[in-house]
Parts: sequence; C-alpha cells; structure tokens
Amino acid sequence: MYQYDNYDKQLVKERVDAFRDQVRRHLAGELPADEFRALRLRNGLYMQRFAHMLRISIPYGLLSSKQLRMLAHIARTWDKDYGHFTTRQNIQYNWPELADVPDILEALATVEMHGIQTSGNCVRNITTDHLAGVAQDELVDPRPYCEITRQWGSFHPEFNFLPRKFKIAFSATTHERAALLTHDIGVRIVRNAAGEIGYTVFVGGGLGRTPIIGQKVREFLPELDLLSYLEAVLRVYNRLGRRDNIHKARIKILVKEMGVAKFTEAVEAEWALIRDNPSLKLRRDDLEHFRKFFQPHAYDASAARDASFEAKCSSDKAFAAWVEHNTWPHRVPGYRAAFVSLKPRGGTPGDCSSAQMDALAELADKHSFGEIRTTHDQNLLLGDVKVADLYPLWQALQPLGLATPNIGTLTDLICCPGLDFCSLANAGSIGIAQELSERYADLDYLYDLGEIRIKMSGCMNGCGHHSVGHIGVLGVDKEGEEWYQITLGGSASDDATLGDRIGPSIARNDVVGAIVKLVETFVENRQGEELFVDTYRRIGIAPFKARVYGARKDAVAA
Amino acid sequence: MGKQIIRDRRIVMDDWSHVEDEAALPSSGKIIVSHTRWQADKATLAKRGDVGISIPPTLDVATLAPDLPSLALIALPFNFIQPKPEGGRTFDGRSYSQARLLRERFGYKGEIRAIGDIFRDSMHYAWRCGVNAFELAAGRDLDDALKGFDDFSTHYQAAADDPTPIFRRRKA
Repeated sequence: MYQYDNYDKQLVKERVDAFRDQVRRHLAGELPADEFRALRLRNGLYMQRFAHMLRISIPYGLLSSKQLRMLAHIARTWDKDYGHFTTRQNIQYNWPELADVPDILEALATVEMHGIQTSGNCVRNITTDHLAGVAQDELVDPRPYCEITRQWGSFHPEFNFLPRKFKIAFSATTHERAALLTHDIGVRIVRNAAGEIGYTVFVGGGLGRTPIIGQKVREFLPELDLLSYLEAVLRVYNRLGRRDNIHKARIKILVKEMGVAKFTEAVEAEWALIRDNPSLKLRRDDLEHFRKFFQPHAYDASAARDASFEAKCSSDKAFAAWVEHNTWPHRVPGYRAAFVSLKPRGGTPGDCSSAQMDALAELADKHSFGEIRTTHDQNLLLGDVKVADLYPLWQALQPLGLATPNIGTLTDLICCPGLDFCSLANAGSIGIAQELSERYADLDYLYDLGEIRIKMSGCMNGCGHHSVGHIGVLGVDKEGEEWYQITLGGSASDDATLGDRIGPSIARNDVVGAIVKLVETFVENRQGEELFVDTYRRIGIAPFKARVYGARKDAVAA
Repeated sequence: MGKQIIRDRRIVMDDWSHVEDEAALPSSGKIIVSHTRWQADKATLAKRGDVGISIPPTLDVATLAPDLPSLALIALPFNFIQPKPEGGRTFDGRSYSQARLLRERFGYKGEIRAIGDIFRDSMHYAWRCGVNAFELAAGRDLDDALKGFDDFSTHYQAAADDPTPIFRRRKA
C-alpha cells in the first residue's frame, strides 16, 4: 500500500498543527463561527445532535493492521469504544470531545492517517472497488490512479471552497462495484481499440435530495491526461456551479441545468487549454512511482495444492455456507477474499468495537499480508487469504461476532446513522435495520431469497444510498413523526438505476411489515432463481404496491 | 486613510483608495473602481495609468484579457455567502479560479488583491493561486493573518506559485 514520504508526513503534520491552533483560537473566542465551521469540516469534524462526530479518511478503503490498531486505540481512548464504518469507506467516531480532536489527529498522523477533506465543500475521499488488486475481472489495479488523484485533490488551492462536496470514484472491472455513476466524477479505467489504457469519464451522478445517474462526458481520455481533465471539470464547476441554494449546488445540478452536451463542451474547451500543461501531464515514470506501492503480494505458489479446504467445505455445512456467501474468488489460485460482516443479527450496520478491530488486525497479520479493506456496503474485507487459512479464520471470526454469513443478502443492508446520531436526519434507520436482521435471521430462507440490496437513509441527503437500493427506505418527517418512503428497483451497479416510489410514506411501526410484504410478493412471482430486482423489472410496480397498500385510496394518487 | 494591508507577505500602508460608482474621481492618486464603471468609462480611466478594478466573482476573466495592460490592480472578492434554504454560511471560492487564470493563463503581472471576508486560514490557498495582496476587513489582526502563509511549507499540486507538481519534485 502507499507509504508516506517526507512530503506527505510534513503536510499532515502541518495540518494537525494548524488545526490545533484553530481549535485553540476557537475556544478562546478568537475565531468566528463561520470560519471555524469551514475549517473544522475540512478536518472531518461535524457538530451532531448530541456531540461532535469525527470522520477519518481511509483512502480508497485500504488499511494496514497498524492503522486498524490505531483506530481501535482511538475508539478506546477518546470515544465509546467503537467506530462506525461508512458508505464512503471511511470510519467515523460519534462521541469525541472537541478539545481532544487535535490529539486524536496527532495520533492518527503517526500511522499516516488523518481526517482531511472527509467533509466540507472540497474533494472528498477517493473511493474504488473493495476488491482492487485481487479481482479476477480487473483490467489494471485502480489504486495507483486513486493515490495520484488523492494527492492532486489534497489542499488543492483552487478547489478547496467549491459550491458543494465533491466525490470521485475509480473502477477498472467488468462488473462495476464502486458505484461510479452515483459520484460527482466516476472514472472507469478502460483499454481502447488500439490497446491503450485510458479512462471513460462520467460526471454528475449523485444521490441525496435529487438523485441523478452520472452521464458520460468522455468516451476515452488518454492515461497521461487524468489530472488535466479532472482540473478542467473542477474549474468549470467551481466557476459555474450554483452557490445560492445548497440543494442545487452539486455538480449534478449544473450538468442538468446546462445539459450534458453544453457542459461537456465547456469542459472540453477548458481542457484544450491545459491538457499539454507540463504541470498536469503525467509521465510514464510518474505512474510507475505510484504503481510500485501496489505490487502484488508474495503469494504462495503452493496455496492451490491445498486439499484441506475442500474437505472442510464438505464436512462442515456452516463453514461451507460462510465460504459461499462471505468469500470471493481471487485472481491468484489458492487464494480467496474474505468478507468480515459488520451486519450481525440485531446489530448496527457498520459498527465495530475496539476489541473487534484489534482482533481483526491480528487476523490480517496472520492471514492477509497485514491489510484490511473497507467496503461501501459497510463491511470489512481481508483481501488475500489462502484457502487453507479460511477455516481457522472463520473459527476466529465467529466468537468475535464477525462471521455472520450474510454478504449480499437482505440482512447485509446499508444504513446511515439516522436520527440516533445525525443532526440532519428526519427519522431513525438503525432500529429498522435491527428489526429486519431479527425478522430474517433464518439463514436458509435468507439464502433462498438470493441477492436483495436494502439501503436506508434517515433523510433526503441519502447517505444510506436509498435511491439505488433494490429496496430503498427513506426517512421523512411528518409533523414531528418518523415516516418512511419506500422505493423499488434501484441499482448502483453496471445497470445503475434510481428506484421508483411505491406510494405514500409509511408509519414507523408498519415499515418492517411492508418490507416483508414486498419480499413475499417477490417470492410468489419469482421465476426460478430470479433475483428480486429482475422480478421487479419483469412484473412492474403494481403487484408490490397492491400488496403493501391493499385497498388504501391514497395509494393510487402517489 | 492610513489603512494597512498585507502585500507580498508584509504589512504595508495601503496606497490605493476605493472609489464608489457614484463618487467623483479624484484628480490624482491610485484608485480602484468597479468593473461596471471601468466598462462605462474605460477610455478616460485607462489614461490615468494608476487604475485598478474590483470584479465580481461571476466574471469570466477571459473578457478582461485586452484590458489587462491598462490595469495595475485587480481586486477579487472572497466572501462568506448564505445559501438557501438554511444552515451555515459557505465561503465563496470562485475567486481562486479567477486568480489562477489571471496569472497562469493571461500572464497578469499587476497586483491581485483579495478583498471582503478573506481570513487567515484561507490566505495560504489564495497566495498559491496568485493573490499577492490582502485587504482584510476592518478589525482584523494583520499580524495574526500573516501567520496564515505558514500553514504549509510544501504542497502536492502545481499552481500559480509553483509550476512543479510533487511527483516531479520527488524525483528532483
């Protein structure tokens, strides 16, 4: 993984020092509220309902065991002994004291981590496929490009006060797992007909209040022109993006209002003026510099000759189920990637205790080259496990509560912190997640249902990605009560689609019941092994709607 | 009168004065007028040789290109704005782009001055974009603001102050 050099270390150290002084000035009354707000947000520090929340950046979801131990240490020392992994592959702490935050950031700096640009109207954490570097369907490892982009976007002097937050994702696989089309910029690494590496660029995707699927602005961007093109897009956005209304300030609204053709024209015109600027043009050896941090591990060539794995799969049904659902093929024979489910029965999706983090760090050292990945589905992943090690790994994960074999199933749902923590939320989402995990605790039934992606957000901001859930649940406020709007048929994958609203919002007590009815409708109409989303696309919304609302008159109007 | 500003990282007396659109032009001295007034009275103003203009953040600075040789100063507003519907004010970053374009694309050599709500912790970025003078709002502590330039001693990207990105410097 990427290792800091003196430049990186210096920048992070200076940022921590600057922030320590900003906190001091703020507490001394020397720094006005607007200014402190703009500054603390750039260090990932929010003001929530009950306390501050600190979000730590995990660049493209990759952590070393040493870093994970530090995250555990922070949870133990300065928070309530747990952290929450987010849909942006970051981690957040819900209860730090403001006065402690400089110390937390200083501790993080010792393991090359920080909270820089995890919030604020600037370029946020760069994300990618959680299987980067090990996926079988990958063209090239996207992480060197992510790191180049991370450095370009960090403290960018021109783009540090954009109209709104800005999220960039990379993907290099046949099956897209990075939700590219829901990002401000989605970069798909491709090979053109001439065999050259380059990028297809999508702009203007985003969830939230106005969910929009990103649109293609460039079919093929040459590999060395990445930074000039990003700079052109950001400059057009910084100059022309709306600043009068926070709900219309994302780049997706600019693209929509200009029209993708006019927007593309503006970007291309800007790009034409800077594409040959030597300050932005990458060279082959620049790419090599970043690539060498992401070389394949020293895999054991004899790993594939193991016989114990197959034997254990035949003799232990529970292990076989975990292997089937929670592990994934690896590009190297004899290895698999193993998911660590953070969706236990009755738990809060994405939460992880300090003890779990420490134990996982240990397991990563033992079985996966000391690396851990975070996924945008709020799970963790050990990317490089020998098949012979899967059984002991599974045995170790079980007592930790990290072996729930439910990846990709209905109970592997994602949800935002909701009204339990967040100052923006209209409604809770964790409680519903917990009830659903209880309701669908029967694994055989769960497996029969196949892949169903449930995504829940406690408000329009859509941190839980509800718009692209096969079943999306959005919390809304109705005269001070928590109500929920359900959508069906969304997808964040290759076939990126926004879900359709099924009808009027539903009261808190009826939400789990409504989801059960949706699932039953699917089961009754399903053909063969069809997936929920495919059944929905085939039969349409009417049968689902009828089942949930019955004869309710208002169902038609919605 | 007697106001101080920061220019080229030093506190100096301000030798320029802002002239409102309705006010009469002083017969001599360095003056900053609005872009609107410049547009209306360019022929007269250009003869003075000591004219600067303040431009709105919405202006496409490419339209200024022919006028740049006649302009000794360009003032850019850096302000907090209150977007709808509610919530905290946000800092308007459009002038960062204007500054870079003036310096890097149009080769402007005169003074680029930040006016408005520019504050200590936003100044380092403005400097990197080519802003070399800072006229802080009344009541701001200039000695304190000077410290803002030292927030970082290095940087990742190229900008108006340094054409060499980090991936080149690393190999140097």
